[in-house]
Amino acid sequence: MEITIPATVVSEFSDQLERATGININVCFQCRKCTSGCPLAYAMDFTPPQLLHAARLGLRDAVLGSKTIWLCASCETCVTRCPQDVDIVKVMDSLKSLAIRTGIEPAVPEVAYFYRSSIRSILAFGRVYELGLIGQLKLGTRKFRKDLGLGLKMLRKRKLPLLPDLSAIGRNWGLLSKVQKWERR
Amino acid sequence: MKYAYYPGCSLHSTAREYDSSLLPVCRMLGMELDELRHWVCCGSSAIYAAPWRLSLAIAFKNMAQVEKQGMSEMMIPCPACLSKFKRARYETTRQPEWRQKLETIVGHKFKRDIVVRHPLEVMSGEGMLAEVRRLVKVKLSGLKLVCYYGCLLTRPPEVTGAEDAEYPQSMDRLMRSLDATVMEWGNRTDCCGASFALTRTDIVRKLSHDILEGARQVGAQAIVVACPLCQLNLDARQTEVEKEYGASYNIPIFYFTELMGIALGIPGRNLLLERHFVDGVPALKGVGIL
Repeated sequence: MEITIPATVVSEFSDQLERATGININVCFQCRKCTSGCPLAYAMDFTPPQLLHAARLGLRDAVLGSKTIWLCASCETCVTRCPQDVDIVKVMDSLKSLAIRTGIEPAVPEVAYFYRSSIRSILAFGRVYELGLIGQLKLGTRKFRKDLGLGLKMLRKRKLPLLPDLSAIGRNWGLLSKVQKWERR
Repeated sequence: MKYAYYPGCSLHSTAREYDSSLLPVCRMLGMELDELRHWVCCGSSAIYAAPWRLSLAIAFKNMAQVEKQGMSEMMIPCPACLSKFKRARYETTRQPEWRQKLETIVGHKFKRDIVVRHPLEVMSGEGMLAEVRRLVKVKLSGLKLVCYYGCLLTRPPEVTGAEDAEYPQSMDRLMRSLDATVMEWGNRTDCCGASFALTRTDIVRKLSHDILEGARQVGAQAIVVACPLCQLNLDARQTEVEKEYGASYNIPIFYFTELMGIALGIPGRNLLLERHFVDGVPALKGVGIL
């Protein structure tokens, strides 16, 4: 990817992130303690401090189009160890939700698809309906045979309820729009 | 003490054996768990696809229900759920105006602070450990264990309140009080890959392999966990891990509540041990337990 680095170091993008999360990523001084302890760094395209630096430079498309934001497992190791108290996980989480809202093609599509279908299911039913979610994921990723044997074993062990639990249905309706309104203000 | 029990989705589905061992063990220890009515899912990893403040609103919604049912303390066995509630408390303590905003969103004005606890926090206190030791009927002597805490039970410590996030000890202490042999190991707070199980299973296999390998190297006969996702990844994916890495583990993954249940004399069949993928019974029989 061709990358042009803008002249300003503190970018509009990092400001936007700060407004959404309350976190100033510009205080990261690239010590890379986060990367040393990151269990997912091996699979990422940018290491966490590289991603923070890109965001700081305003490289919005590179950041939102990265694998890194989708491969962060939110294990909180980096947050625990960061000497500058940068809540990297919160930044990663906000970037995921921003990427979805912006409509940027997710670099790890199956993960993005999974989160999107789960949140729809949770907002609709109030609780996770595992089988429904797995079905949706299969339709979305077209990997119909993945984990089939395991799924059957789980059904036999009665670890996957056949029907959705409807005792909290409707309890989450309207919640998302209220939160969105709050965030926009 | 009475607690509002928040099982979360897992304890009603993939982690039924956590639920069925937690409840009788708590009862024996004088902890009364009353399941919260109409609780809603904490948002799990799905919340990443939504504005992150939504998880705060969901936590507030559930905490409002706790107060409406006349309780003030929550018991949350799933660390992923737990961390969402602790996060909501943390953020709103730092920013009181957020608390007001969230109260408006969920339509409830709190009179009291709702306290959020994991069963391990309560059970590993000094007084409770003495009580556990007093109640033990079947000592777990000779059973070599490693305690696996995973991520969110302890991290980040400013949110979870963990006394030592890099080297937690609560489960180790509890297992020692049952007379088990608790081994030292280097993977206690590693990540298992969590919800990547369904999407990037390769990641879960790699991370779970590292953990299983760590347990094998110190000669552990079982891994003890406190998280439904850790249990599922290490247990249900173990055969796949063995195949991919050419290894042989056959290490059962117990919830700490299951081992407590056995030690406190609750019959194994009531604990639903048969729901595990890696059979835990031979390891227990091998040292004369069960």
